[in-house]
Amino acid sequence: MAAVEQDTAVRTGGLTRIFIYGILLIFMLFYMMPLFVMVANSLKPLPEITGGNMMALPQVWTLEPWRQAWSAAQIGVEPTGLKPYFLNSILMVVPAVLISTILGALNGYVLTKWSFRGDKIIFGLLLFSCFIPFQIVLIPMATVLGKIGLAGSIPGLVLVHVVYGIGFSTLYFRNYYSSFPTELVRAAMIDGAGFFRIFWRIMLPVSGPIIVVTVIWQFTNIWNDFLFGASFGGQSQPMTVALNNLVQSSTGVKEYNVHFAGAILAALPTLIVYIVAGRFFVRGLMAGSVKG
Amino acid sequence: MAHSAPSVDFRTRLQEWIPKLVLSPSLAAMLIFVYGFIAFTIYLSFTDSKMLPSYDWVGFENFAKLWNLSAWWVAVVNLMIFASLYIIICTVIGLTLAILLDQKIRGEGVLRPIYLYPMALSFIVTGTAWKWIMDPGIGIENSMHLWGWTSFQFNWIKDRDMAIYTVVIAAVWQTSGFVMAMFLAGLRGIDNEILKAAQIDGASNFSLYRRIVIPLLRPAFLSAFVILAHLAVKSYDLIIALTGGGPGRATELPATFMYSYTFTRNSMGIGAASAVIMLMTIAAIMTPYLYAELKEKS
Amino acid sequence: MRGYFGKKMTFVAALLATTSMAVAEDVEVLHWWTSGGEAAALNVLKDDLAAKTIGWIDMPVAGGGGEAAMTTLRARVTAGDAPTAVQMLGFDILDWAAEGKLANLNTVAAEEGWDAVVPAALQAFAKVDGNWVSAPVNVHSTNWVWANKSVLVGLGIAQPNSWEEFVAAMQKVKDSGKTALAHGGQAWQEATMFDGIVLSVGGVEFYKKAFIDLDPEALGSEQMVEVFNRMATLRSFVDDNFSGRDWNLASAMVINNEAAFQIMGDWAKGEFLKAGKVPGTDFLCFRVPGSQGMVAFNSDQFAMFGQTEEGAQAAQGEMARAIMAPSFQSAFNVVKGSVPARTDVPNDAFDDCGKQGMAELAEASANGTLVGSIAHGHANKAAVKNAIYDVVTAHFNGEYDAATAAANLVSAVEAAQ
Repeated sequence: MAAVEQDTAVRTGGLTRIFIYGILLIFMLFYMMPLFVMVANSLKPLPEITGGNMMALPQVWTLEPWRQAWSAAQIGVEPTGLKPYFLNSILMVVPAVLISTILGALNGYVLTKWSFRGDKIIFGLLLFSCFIPFQIVLIPMATVLGKIGLAGSIPGLVLVHVVYGIGFSTLYFRNYYSSFPTELVRAAMIDGAGFFRIFWRIMLPVSGPIIVVTVIWQFTNIWNDFLFGASFGGQSQPMTVALNNLVQSSTGVKEYNVHFAGAILAALPTLIVYIVAGRFFVRGLMAGSVKG
Repeated sequence: MAHSAPSVDFRTRLQEWIPKLVLSPSLAAMLIFVYGFIAFTIYLSFTDSKMLPSYDWVGFENFAKLWNLSAWWVAVVNLMIFASLYIIICTVIGLTLAILLDQKIRGEGVLRPIYLYPMALSFIVTGTAWKWIMDPGIGIENSMHLWGWTSFQFNWIKDRDMAIYTVVIAAVWQTSGFVMAMFLAGLRGIDNEILKAAQIDGASNFSLYRRIVIPLLRPAFLSAFVILAHLAVKSYDLIIALTGGGPGRATELPATFMYSYTFTRNSMGIGAASAVIMLMTIAAIMTPYLYAELKEKS
Repeated sequence: MRGYFGKKMTFVAALLATTSMAVAEDVEVLHWWTSGGEAAALNVLKDDLAAKTIGWIDMPVAGGGGEAAMTTLRARVTAGDAPTAVQMLGFDILDWAAEGKLANLNTVAAEEGWDAVVPAALQAFAKVDGNWVSAPVNVHSTNWVWANKSVLVGLGIAQPNSWEEFVAAMQKVKDSGKTALAHGGQAWQEATMFDGIVLSVGGVEFYKKAFIDLDPEALGSEQMVEVFNRMATLRSFVDDNFSGRDWNLASAMVINNEAAFQIMGDWAKGEFLKAGKVPGTDFLCFRVPGSQGMVAFNSDQFAMFGQTEEGAQAAQGEMARAIMAPSFQSAFNVVKGSVPARTDVPNDAFDDCGKQGMAELAEASANGTLVGSIAHGHANKAAVKNAIYDVVTAHFNGEYDAATAAANLVSAVEAAQ
């Protein structure tokens, strides 16, 4: 709340305000409903789901589905739950987010403060890369990963996510830095500061909001990826692949409560990131990325 | 000059080269992993590749086959319906919510994360949840019946002609909050003096927004459009989790079409041809945006 | 890379603390059997191998009857990092063999005498150019009807033996207010019913002509129109809410007395057994009326991918041997609902439906009435199979009538070849 300055010139009367609050609340319900359904049903025993009302609160509250999903559900031949895969996801997400964010920051810095002939074309090329459908890169990517010996490993996955994350992270930092006064950089240059010194001392200290935006964006996209994880994860499959194995298993009784608990567990890290850092998100967007 | 210059020159030259050196790994990665792979895909679309890439040239045969497939036409028409509704509805909801939230609302700090959180979930999770909610047997229809409203009917997801709209609902739920955040950021960036001046001139709230605020949000509209358009063209996971392309093949989109022809039907050539068409579509959308974006800066 | 991998594995193993004993060699297995019963069945194999100090690296990718797993496989093979063994169906095996990616199992096959005990129709998918490339685990068959006995008895319906009797029986159920036919609206489920209906209309000869030889005349014939007419009849006995339903939920409808019949492969039996139902007492299993004496089959196999290292090859051979051991074949198939891939396995451990399935498989194999399933990739390559799916599912969902469907089938199959 305090993150973004509230200031508008428009004045509204009492009736209009009731109307406004009404609409905002209706949308709040719309956005909350699926989460409510997932949480409520993950706390019910199975018969209550198959025979009862989806929208109702549990009659018998149970945490058993959560325990099942986390540590006892059948993922492969071993009933391990999602727990071991959680670590794989962490090991993949953290370096991938860090590297792509750092590269994005440096690229954005170069493209705005050290412009040279052709930098706009390079930026255009980087930006277009955000938009390729990932299905087309599977086969050639597999060839490359095989050649460089990273197939089926976490470093391989990190590489893939960094490569396809640079486009967006560069876009964010470039737009943010382009509104930063170039005169300050010039002055520092005249004082004899070098490329990295300027980045470290001048650019980085003001980059807080856009770092938050980029990290949120990258973290969400990489954490939620299934296609690359299933194709290149090898024995280090991430959480989404395990969730898919849990939800899609081909035979047997569908344990919806366990599926929902698993889905929430898989989504928990990104949800936490959004809730904790979400208030910086609008400020970060405001500070750059939408200004084109 | 001949003796002292080289060291200075070297320093300056190094300073000149560092930025390019810093940029070069990203650029190299991009050229190989994006443009190299795109070239590879274009090449594949002219070969008779089946299960794995093959290098036998067949010319435009794959494209001819592609446009003769009714399934591809269904996918293209679905994309047009889906993309236009998705983009329009997300923009309208996003803008409305942003404007309303901008009226000094109590509890904005609570509402905003609630509007935003769907973006944090993967489409697989979203799709699974909405599949449930919209299923007439166990979902909202059943709940309404249990609560006594027995004539209530909502079975779009089972209806061949309506199923594509359920995809729109789930997709709008997922991203409209994010669009709201982009517009809200744009609104907060507008200088209040302009608005105050207009108010003194006697402009009503409505015309204030229509005449002054919305035109000022042009960059936010552009960003929203590009993000929504590319999400629409790339939509894959959501379809798989929500409808599986059904009922029948009624909700196939080009992305699911491409995946199934490349990987499950062992017709990689046709899959690559459809990917090329998709890439061309994205390029057609992106180029004007990029052009505007880059021109503005120079 | 090996070295890296080794370290990685030790790291993971230490983390999970699942295994502390040193293993001579590992097999990596890509599969989509992740549900409780299937995983239990695979564990039998895993323990077998562990006794021979062969480690098991599990690589499960579930979803869509193996579609996701096949994509993963393609990426792995392209990267030059193929798993040891991959769960696979029918023509996929032949396609991979044609790419030259599969191992040669002739030595093990000769030692164990596979040629003598595996039905010829099955060998067609496990041997390429006379070389064994794959180890079949089971034989499923698709032209089964599963019926709720108490519903039938309550309405005075006898087990139908002809198509007409079947339709009359379904009508009676429908009139009583229950769902006559439990079905889930997914393309492969509709195609599974299609298997049985094609056999019931035209018998084995028509089936082979239309769907194995892909003869355009047979594909567009009057008989094919009749096949689609019968599909439309089935459609009329399905409830409104069928679209997108999983097959096991359809089975549950029969189990819970909500529906009378389900046409589904014999994997459905597992659902009935798990619900504590007894074959013959609580539920009936019989062939799709009109297709008695014929068996449309599909077989899960473990295709073995070529390995360069000797140790890996040895482990792979041991795995193939273990899969084909009669004890494993019996143990696995009792759990899975299918019947063993070798015909010399004793039937003591199987229930009545299983015994019937085993007898009918042997009989059909001897009479030449054993045909590969259209729906499950044992009649055609993936491209053709999916083209048939498209037409069957579009017609079933009411997009066009039977005559148009037959005409579209001809053009769709031609375009996919």
